[in-house]
Amino acid sequence: MTPSDSTWTSAVGGRVVTWLRTANELGRRLARPLRGPAARIRERMLSRRATRRSGWRVVAEKEFADHITSIRFLVLLVVIGLACLAAVVSAASFLRESATEASDATSVFLLLFTQSPEQIPSFVALIGFLGPLLGIAFGFDAVNQERSDRTLPRLVSQPIHRDDIVNGKFVAGLAVIGLTLVALVALTAGVGIVRMGITPSAGDVARLLLYLVVALVYMGLWLAFALLCSVLLRRPATAALVAIAAWLVFTLFGTFLASLAADAFSGEGQIAQARTEYSLSLVSPSTLYENSSAALLNPEVRSVGLLLPQDLERAVPGPLSLDQSLLVVWPQVTALVAASVVMFTLGYVAFLRQEVRA
Amino acid sequence: MTVLTSTDDREPAIWTDGLAKNYGNTVAVDDLHLEIAPGEVFGLLGPNGAGKTTTILMLLGLSEPSAGQARVVGLDPTRQALEVKRRVGYVPDNAGFYGGLTGQQNLEYTAQLNGLDPATRRDRIASLLDEVGLAERADEPVRTYSHGMRQRLGIADALLKDPEVLILDEPTLGLDPRGADQVLDLVNDLASQRSVAVLLASHLLGQVQVVCSRVGIFVDGRMVASGTVDELAAQHGGRLVVEVQTAQDDELEDQDLEERLRDLPGIVSVHREGELWLVGAQHDARQDIATRLQEAGLTVVHLRQRSEELGAIYRRYFAEEGSGDTVG
Repeated sequence: MTPSDSTWTSAVGGRVVTWLRTANELGRRLARPLRGPAARIRERMLSRRATRRSGWRVVAEKEFADHITSIRFLVLLVVIGLACLAAVVSAASFLRESATEASDATSVFLLLFTQSPEQIPSFVALIGFLGPLLGIAFGFDAVNQERSDRTLPRLVSQPIHRDDIVNGKFVAGLAVIGLTLVALVALTAGVGIVRMGITPSAGDVARLLLYLVVALVYMGLWLAFALLCSVLLRRPATAALVAIAAWLVFTLFGTFLASLAADAFSGEGQIAQARTEYSLSLVSPSTLYENSSAALLNPEVRSVGLLLPQDLERAVPGPLSLDQSLLVVWPQVTALVAASVVMFTLGYVAFLRQEVRA
Repeated sequence: MTVLTSTDDREPAIWTDGLAKNYGNTVAVDDLHLEIAPGEVFGLLGPNGAGKTTTILMLLGLSEPSAGQARVVGLDPTRQALEVKRRVGYVPDNAGFYGGLTGQQNLEYTAQLNGLDPATRRDRIASLLDEVGLAERADEPVRTYSHGMRQRLGIADALLKDPEVLILDEPTLGLDPRGADQVLDLVNDLASQRSVAVLLASHLLGQVQVVCSRVGIFVDGRMVASGTVDELAAQHGGRLVVEVQTAQDDELEDQDLEERLRDLPGIVSVHREGELWLVGAQHDARQDIATRLQEAGLTVVHLRQRSEELGAIYRRYFAEEGSGDTVG
């Protein structure tokens, strides 16, 4: 990959990374002379432990502290936070206006996350779109940055296992993403509660927790992919670009490409074509995520994907219990988990097989 | 701990037998036999790309040998990599640090990776930063450090684990003479005060000569010669040059002095260079020369063995073995 990088990829990627790095540096510079809260948090996190910890935990703690104090994290948190705020505020006002229909719903509270008035995407859709970016942001320079900073030879010559490095980095990334996600869900729920005066039931909370797990796995998949890129590609710029390209393909053009392919390959009949299209779109993790969260957050959803009139014949509409909802999207959830595991394994193996100096 | 070290005294710090590494068809290291005693400073001298770094990576268990075996502090680096890395400090060439963290924070990370407890960490980091002369800059981000300061921080970093063996890869590369001297002084102090075995890889002969008690010349993956500087000189038909200077007021014909010295066994040449007499000998003849001059009633004010002959050997090997570079 490295020698054949065309110039424009390097140029664009270089700019992206330079921007991220400048932002990062800026954050550190701001934090240091002030001895600001970020610096203090870092000190506290790193100086507390007394007992001997395994290598991956030391790596994870250092990486986590780096992420939390980086401006990269702050920017993403603010941007995604504002987007989610917009989503929930508009969803809340939308629900108020259509209060009569909403009162029929089994859980009005969960509608906050899934309902979307015309222009603004719902919370779930937002995470589906922006979540991968969060995963990429905390993974694309994990290994190759250590390489170009020449810290990797020093790191691998410490008495830790080789995989401690990649494990620690993955765990740190996942922790930051999880933290962000929980904060965003809490923000959304909080705004919803205040603006609408409705409180979640125990069932809502359970559904929300399951959704959190699915969303975390979904973002973890992208984190693992970015980590793989950072192992395979020498330059952070190239890794970021490849990861972002994949993100665009799967989240923006995924459905479009699937329908194009279905047009080309499937035979006669609209139904056959729609079937092919849906099967193809399942390759995209975004579809898996959207299907899973749709069923998990809405008890009314009895089926995902293609629904024909004959499927609905004699069906008695009514809410599903949580385990039944989970059953509806079990294949999607398992596929998502499997994809994440496979992706992480690829990065793990690639890193372990790599020569220290290359 | 004391039991351990007493047994380790018998054991070489680094020992290899027929160690080899191939990358596909390219031979990086070929049939390497090496033995370094505890407390010894060994210089691995060779041009860039000779296989020095590959050798070091194999000794640390970071790269698997294609053939042969190695023992570092009595352990097999391939099988017991973790224990080896616990006891061996490594300063990679052009060692990098996290630029946004301070020198102290960088060392703190390494100390944690080595599982040191907080009290030990604090004390050791403070004393090492002091030792390498970075105590005043400890709380500044490493990105503000000069290259020489980073190199010294690298040595402090490797010493954090209180190693039995210290491996330095091109520690003076890219440093100005003052920076290089500081690093070499540090290595000298280490060897004498801590009795750490040191393996120093470099392509700079002058610097290896200053600190190393034994030298191995490494060309194209093979160790073509090893021994003390004197041994090397003798081995390869070279000769040693002894500088002699006598007190000014001693009245003796130059001719006479020259003849007296030439009489000695193993003396090849005697000639004058300004104030100095340069005596070429096949072995270390300083003792003989001193006695002979004393017998003649002369006061010896200066008697020193020049080791510049190693330079000639080094160059000769480069010319012979390294000729492939220019052809291929």
